[in-house]
Amino acid sequence: MHWIIAPVLLPALLAPMIGFVMRHDIVLARAASFAGTACLVGISALLLSMTLGGETFVYRLGDWQPPFGIVLVLDRLSALMVLLTSVLALIVLWHAAATGWDSRGRHFHALFQFQLMGVAGAFLTGDVFNLFVFFEVLLIASYGLMIHGGGQQRLGAGLQYIVINLAGSTLFLFALGVLYATTGTLNLADLTLRMQDIPVEDAALVRVAAMLLMIVFAVKAALFPVQFWLPGTYANAPAPVAALFAIMTKVGAYAIIRVHGSAFGPGIEATDGQSAAWLFPAAIVTIAIGAVGVLGARRLLPLISFSVVGSMGTLLIAVAAFTPEATTAGLYYLLHSTFAAAALFLLADLVLARRGSEALSLLPATVQNGLFAALFFAAAIGMAGMPPLSGFLGKLFVFGPLRDPGMIIWAWSSVLIGSLLTIVGFARAGSILFWKSTAPEAGAPRTVQEPEGRAEPEAPARAGVAQLVPTFATLAILASLAVFAGPVVDFLEATSLQLYDRSNYIEAVLGQSGGN
Amino acid sequence: MELLVASSVGVLTASGVYLLLRLRAFPVILGLALLSYAVNVFLFSSGRLAINLPPILSKYEGAAYTDPLPQALVLTAIVISFGMTAVLVLVALAAYLERGNDRVNIDGEGADPGDGEARL
Repeated sequence: MHWIIAPVLLPALLAPMIGFVMRHDIVLARAASFAGTACLVGISALLLSMTLGGETFVYRLGDWQPPFGIVLVLDRLSALMVLLTSVLALIVLWHAAATGWDSRGRHFHALFQFQLMGVAGAFLTGDVFNLFVFFEVLLIASYGLMIHGGGQQRLGAGLQYIVINLAGSTLFLFALGVLYATTGTLNLADLTLRMQDIPVEDAALVRVAAMLLMIVFAVKAALFPVQFWLPGTYANAPAPVAALFAIMTKVGAYAIIRVHGSAFGPGIEATDGQSAAWLFPAAIVTIAIGAVGVLGARRLLPLISFSVVGSMGTLLIAVAAFTPEATTAGLYYLLHSTFAAAALFLLADLVLARRGSEALSLLPATVQNGLFAALFFAAAIGMAGMPPLSGFLGKLFVFGPLRDPGMIIWAWSSVLIGSLLTIVGFARAGSILFWKSTAPEAGAPRTVQEPEGRAEPEAPARAGVAQLVPTFATLAILASLAVFAGPVVDFLEATSLQLYDRSNYIEAVLGQSGGN
Repeated sequence: MELLVASSVGVLTASGVYLLLRLRAFPVILGLALLSYAVNVFLFSSGRLAINLPPILSKYEGAAYTDPLPQALVLTAIVISFGMTAVLVLVALAAYLERGNDRVNIDGEGADPGDGEARL
């Protein structure tokens, strides 16, 4: 049973070791970080296999009786999210090591492990205050990763990112204060139990707390109107870090699913329908912002960042319905969009490192143009939601449960129009980058003036197999998500049914004392 | 007592938000510090205000106590906000030294091409 805490403990022990002992030896640090992350994949696969039976495991820290002590709770959803994190981390780590990003600044691997610790903890915790603590852990590591490598633009964007998230943390604490004052508990299971018969005079305060929490999670999930930090942050972060941050937005989405799906979810009288009423329109506007941003972006990384914003909108539309079927669809889209975003960022890093300019402008074709074009095409149709890859299925699943007359027009049209605009934006970017890449006005004078000098300063190194493996891995995962959609959806259905089975969760955490 | 605590939380929050909106590094850091003070006081009050009472359950019947949990929460929040402020100060300093100004917003962020390169 102690395996439950391993995803938190392993990175927590490894990170200081890498930071203090291996700080001068990048090879050693890489090996340790890689071994740790690979172990994490194994542990989280083990945890996932434990939950397949539908049991909810509770790990009491210090063996305190749950409403008083801190608990970690492992159910299908948290196990799935931890596995998603560790697989993504392994891919990103490979990319960072293969491209040398990790040696462009100090302490990349230590910060990376701390980041994993925070994310895994946030997924596993069963206590809202502990969720805040793990949010801070993952944030403080992400601050370091965000400004890894330095540079004017990056430090500016990093400062902005820190300020926004610190303001968000303050809101989080205010929300927790209100919640504790009204319900007297911060344990999620206990909170869900007490929310079911909250006195009428406290209902207004609880609604305020629920909305404050929603805003905090929305900041993480890049939901309108607090999505504005994401394009600036992701576009200026080192590309592997941006790929890892694909899981950070999902932490926000997970927190909304977990907290607003249970404690403030459907059937709770005090907050009934409130979360959905705000989440649904906000998600639609988020899709619109993402689509317009993709269309209007003039650099590759902001373009990808806006497509991430759009995908979060699609994900949260499904979440906003707060029904098991819609959550199933949302979770499938969550898995897909994490790897789609990571694939795009990793690929963009390979391409931009060889182009020398981030702008979407006509430049002579670089090495391996055809390969990169094919990869970009695959990743872009994955993100935009075109048939062969899992994005198409993901959006199709999202449509299914949203047949409610009040939802269908808004949800379907916004997702469809958003997809169309995203396709156009990616097609435009792809044709500028790869197709029309022999710019006549740029190419002609160069060949005339310096025919042999041209090859000497340019001709960037070809991407080796090691550098291409992570991108291929993400695309392979997207393809296998589509191929094995049946079993995956079966699992996700069981996951969301378990999520909405509140009495089971409460019983598992609080035991007999709280079950009645 | 209630009025004093409530108004101090309000004033601290208002000043914090005002300073946060100044969008220069130093006022923003001060603003976030004020906000964290406000939230710490607020967390204290979430366990109800009680003066001169021990934070432990007394075994004697009817003896009053103050809720110890918010104190633990505040302690955690203080440690975290202290660490975060330190990180923020360092990053703000690095950004100031690199960029030569202390503005928090980045103009032409995201979608603007060439702008970053032009100012290099």
